[in-house]
Amino acid sequence: MAMNPAEIEQMIREAIPDAQVRIEDLAGDGDHYAAYVVSAAFKGKTRVQQHQMVYQALQGRMGNELHALALQTTVPE
Amino acid sequence: MQAQENPVFDRIRQELADNDVVLFMKGTPVFPQCGFSAVVVQVLTHMGVPFKGINVLEDPGLRQGIKDFSSWPTVPQLYVKGEFVGGCDIVREMYQTGELPELLSSRGIEVRSAA
Repeated sequence: MAMNPAEIEQMIREAIPDAQVRIEDLAGDGDHYAAYVVSAAFKGKTRVQQHQMVYQALQGRMGNELHALALQTTVPE
Repeated sequence: MQAQENPVFDRIRQELADNDVVLFMKGTPVFPQCGFSAVVVQVLTHMGVPFKGINVLEDPGLRQGIKDFSSWPTVPQLYVKGEFVGGCDIVREMYQTGELPELLSSRGIEVRSAA
């Protein structure tokens, strides 16, 4: 079962309130997304830790309903 | 707590102890069965870095176990000298920024071409 982009964005925002989130539907099939997440909460964390924060926000959906989410995390300038 | 640990973790630790660069992936380095795994194979091959590819599709226990081991929900997973480096996105990004060859060199692993 696929997820819609608004749902992904909302879950990330709920867990990381200051996050700027941009979701791209890569294949147009509602199953392959790219997410760009910018948040001050990532500061001082490794990339692995930053991505883990986003995966936690998605509460286990990553790797299940959500097959493909290319993730890029950034700390605001 | 030790007694309740997933027995697959021992096997994972052994692989990480025996091999400097380990890629848990879907398929094999010669025949990756997932685009994300293929990207990481391509990056490592391009840098001329020898690695051990472990096909999680051959072992359902390992397929779930490696995710629990690293608290990381997806495969591929790249490990260098026992340390979890990341999945496809992180590996690609670190390759593009030059951080990946830097990390490998700093761990004493020879990298063929500068990024």
